[in-house]
Amino acid sequence: MPAHDVLIIGAGLAGQRAALAAADAGASVAIISKVHPVRSHSVAAAGGINAALNPEDSWESHAYDTVKGSDYLGDQDAIEIMCREAPDEILWLEHAGVTFHRNDTGHLGTRAFGGASQARTYYVADITGQAILHVLYEQLMKHSDRVARYEEWFTTTLLQDDDGAVVGCVARDIRTGALEVFDAKSVILASGGAGQAFKPTTNALICTGDGIAQAYRAGAPLMDMEMIQYHPTTLAENGFLITEGARGEGAHLYNALGERFMEKYAPNKLELASRDVVSRAEQTEINEGRGFPDGTIALDITKVPRKRTLEALREIVNIGKDFAGVDITREPIHIRPGCHYIMGGVKTDYDGQTPVPGLYAAGEVACVSVHGGNRLGANSLLDTLIFGRRSGEHAAKRARTVAMPKTAPSVLNDAQGEIDAILNRPTGGRRISEIKNELGETMNRYVAVYRDAEGLATARETVQRLKEEAPNAAIDDKGTVFNQDVLAAIELGYMLDTAEAIVMGAQERRESRGAQYRTDYPERNDEEWLHHITISRDADGNPKLGTAPVTITKWEPQERTY
Amino acid sequence: MAEYTLKLRRYDPQSGEAPYVEEYRVELEPHRSVLEAILKVKNEQDGSVGIRCSCRAAICGSCGVRINGRPGLACHTHLSDAARTGVNADGVTILVEPMGNMPVIKDLIVDMDAVHWKKIQRVTPWLLPKQPVPEREYVVPHANMVDVTQTMACIQCGACVSDCLSMEVDPLFVGPAASAKAYRFVGDPRDAEQFERLKDLAEDPHGIFDCTHCFTCIDACPKGVAPMSQIMRLRRVATGDHHIVDRNNGERHERAFVSLIRGYGLLHEAELLPRSWGGDSWFGKFHPAAGRELLDSLPSIAKAVARRKVSIRGAMLGHRIPKADLKAVQGIFDKIESKGRRYELNLYISGVEDDDEPVAAATSTSESESA
Repeated sequence: MPAHDVLIIGAGLAGQRAALAAADAGASVAIISKVHPVRSHSVAAAGGINAALNPEDSWESHAYDTVKGSDYLGDQDAIEIMCREAPDEILWLEHAGVTFHRNDTGHLGTRAFGGASQARTYYVADITGQAILHVLYEQLMKHSDRVARYEEWFTTTLLQDDDGAVVGCVARDIRTGALEVFDAKSVILASGGAGQAFKPTTNALICTGDGIAQAYRAGAPLMDMEMIQYHPTTLAENGFLITEGARGEGAHLYNALGERFMEKYAPNKLELASRDVVSRAEQTEINEGRGFPDGTIALDITKVPRKRTLEALREIVNIGKDFAGVDITREPIHIRPGCHYIMGGVKTDYDGQTPVPGLYAAGEVACVSVHGGNRLGANSLLDTLIFGRRSGEHAAKRARTVAMPKTAPSVLNDAQGEIDAILNRPTGGRRISEIKNELGETMNRYVAVYRDAEGLATARETVQRLKEEAPNAAIDDKGTVFNQDVLAAIELGYMLDTAEAIVMGAQERRESRGAQYRTDYPERNDEEWLHHITISRDADGNPKLGTAPVTITKWEPQERTY
Repeated sequence: MAEYTLKLRRYDPQSGEAPYVEEYRVELEPHRSVLEAILKVKNEQDGSVGIRCSCRAAICGSCGVRINGRPGLACHTHLSDAARTGVNADGVTILVEPMGNMPVIKDLIVDMDAVHWKKIQRVTPWLLPKQPVPEREYVVPHANMVDVTQTMACIQCGACVSDCLSMEVDPLFVGPAASAKAYRFVGDPRDAEQFERLKDLAEDPHGIFDCTHCFTCIDACPKGVAPMSQIMRLRRVATGDHHIVDRNNGERHERAFVSLIRGYGLLHEAELLPRSWGGDSWFGKFHPAAGRELLDSLPSIAKAVARRKVSIRGAMLGHRIPKADLKAVQGIFDKIESKGRRYELNLYISGVEDDDEPVAAATSTSESESA
């Protein structure tokens, strides 16, 4: 039975960074992931990572942009830490081997990004996430003796002792179907977001809210769940992402009348306003009949010199060619806002600690909150790395103060019982994919860029009904080797818990702030709503709303224009 | 909408039965991907079909498979293209099989740890940074970073490993993906041990000289990494820049090959072997090492003659080509050698294959005519 000081669940950027930091701090570390680490969704982050590393730039400027981007819902103490530590993190990555873009003098070069007052985004072509993820995995391979890797292991449940502290997890070896208890002094959730609760989404099929739901079920509060980022440039047909780097490099947005409509909505920053602002502008154009017949807007990348596009935006050249049949260097590509990122997640402090002892969270699964109502582009990679590292360091420190827990192997019987119950379901229920589709389409319809009470109530009812149907969803695969059917059934439950919290948060927040725009409450209302909304599970297992204060240090809320 | 016949190679390790092919009918638009078709089957017909997949957009590298006999990503292959190529090519039928050169775990899922990741681990896949580590970033030329970004673009999908012919013959061959990974460090000016890395891979009998230039990996790669090109660059850097003369004779063989083509315009088989082993001149054949190698190679030579891959006459006397053609071949050598430095083709630097600036195109045509 594996036992480690620090157990990390999820092996994207946050998880791998946490593992390396915890190992550096002297802890024995294990990292579990339901996919091979380089398949993690961090791989899809395209545009870059923000840091005020240039001497002309300052962390205060970065922090202010982030606070303003968050529509003043971000916690400023945490934002300060993230922006102060960003330059050193970039240098750490550079020294570890990330092949960051260089300028003519051979120094690190930047590109412009949305909502930022300086060009402070460091990048590797448009495969920044991939380049960093693969370099971190190189480091994990280098430190194989210090970090045990459990690749393709699926976590089914967190383990808690009698006092409620998290002391490990039960996971299923996907290749054999065997269940195993992992004992750990500290557990860090780093299992990413929940975009699959929406359809379409830019998120990978693995982004099913696992960690959010696991923490919630263990009693940890969720926070800012209503804040779902719709990315301004996604492909209509399949939701694939066109990086913000395209607009950073100079691409324009046009409606069907050929108007560069951002002049109306953000006269100063135009296409490089915050994502919530651009997405709302696009959706308004589409709703008011100025979009293209397929409900889209045109993104014109031909403004960018062709050679530059081919070098710096190569991946979206390929995406355009392979998935939309468009040569983006010669013609505009049609896009629309699409579900991309969840600002909310498991509530943590700036060391990644959740209110549940022994449980940490970092990356998209967590809500520190540095993104508040709206995340700036290229701040998510930074979030994963800074708070991944801080979680790893803190968890290792904590591990020195507690004894190694020992969970009785009998818990495996319960876990196996749950798996068996899924395997032995009677046939005749709805298919998992059917339920998932209905969930995704409902969320994308009612919990999107524009929301109102009526739509949210419909979404809530639908989610409730789906929660009742899900336990009877039919299973075809009865085997133990790579039984993806069983995993999909468990993931469906995670998505539904997450979706319920998202809808409840959106219903509760009766104002418009960041990504939450209520057509029935169109103004931001600092008097009543300048606080976080939390959702936790009560003693009966029902979700319960609460609030948490927003930390304000230097920057008082102001009107937000771009 | 179009209807496709999706034939999936199934294998259930728990059944005790051999792999078999199961047929499904799928209706989808022709520009949709093979992965979408498989997921449609999984979602609507049979949830037990096993395939790794995640991003759906050719970034995560999970869904490497063989489609109508050709390796690639399921998410990156249009149904219409898949149905028109490879073993079926009837516009309707698409056979999807697990990748080759790796053991199958279930259905379309292979054991990448056992082969692919083991080979990656073999090339010391992490930066060995030059000391002292600078306080800020390493200052390195823009072009070098763009250069290694081509290999950084590898998503570790295994498509190149799947159909590597050299690996099929020699399972110990380090292979295309791991070689590309090695170039990612050899080409990185921040790495301190380029010579050691190259020496290691040149001296390994299953290393960079084990590749037979078949181009399959370049065809297979969905990300333009061109693994074989990286292998060739590793060789050029090893021999040309670091003057590594390996015990596999890779360097001498390559030199002999080049000088024979220069001299004859075509390969002169009878000269190649002695020159590779005995020194790159007509006298090479009298070297004892050449004699030994010739004796060892007799069975292969006999087989090649029997299968008419070579004729004894052509092999012994060399192939003759018209004088003008020979001159043209030698003109290529002269032109390349007259350049001060070696030009490496890298799509990340040079742009695209079909860079169609009219002026450049016109110039290159007239130059090749004059040559």
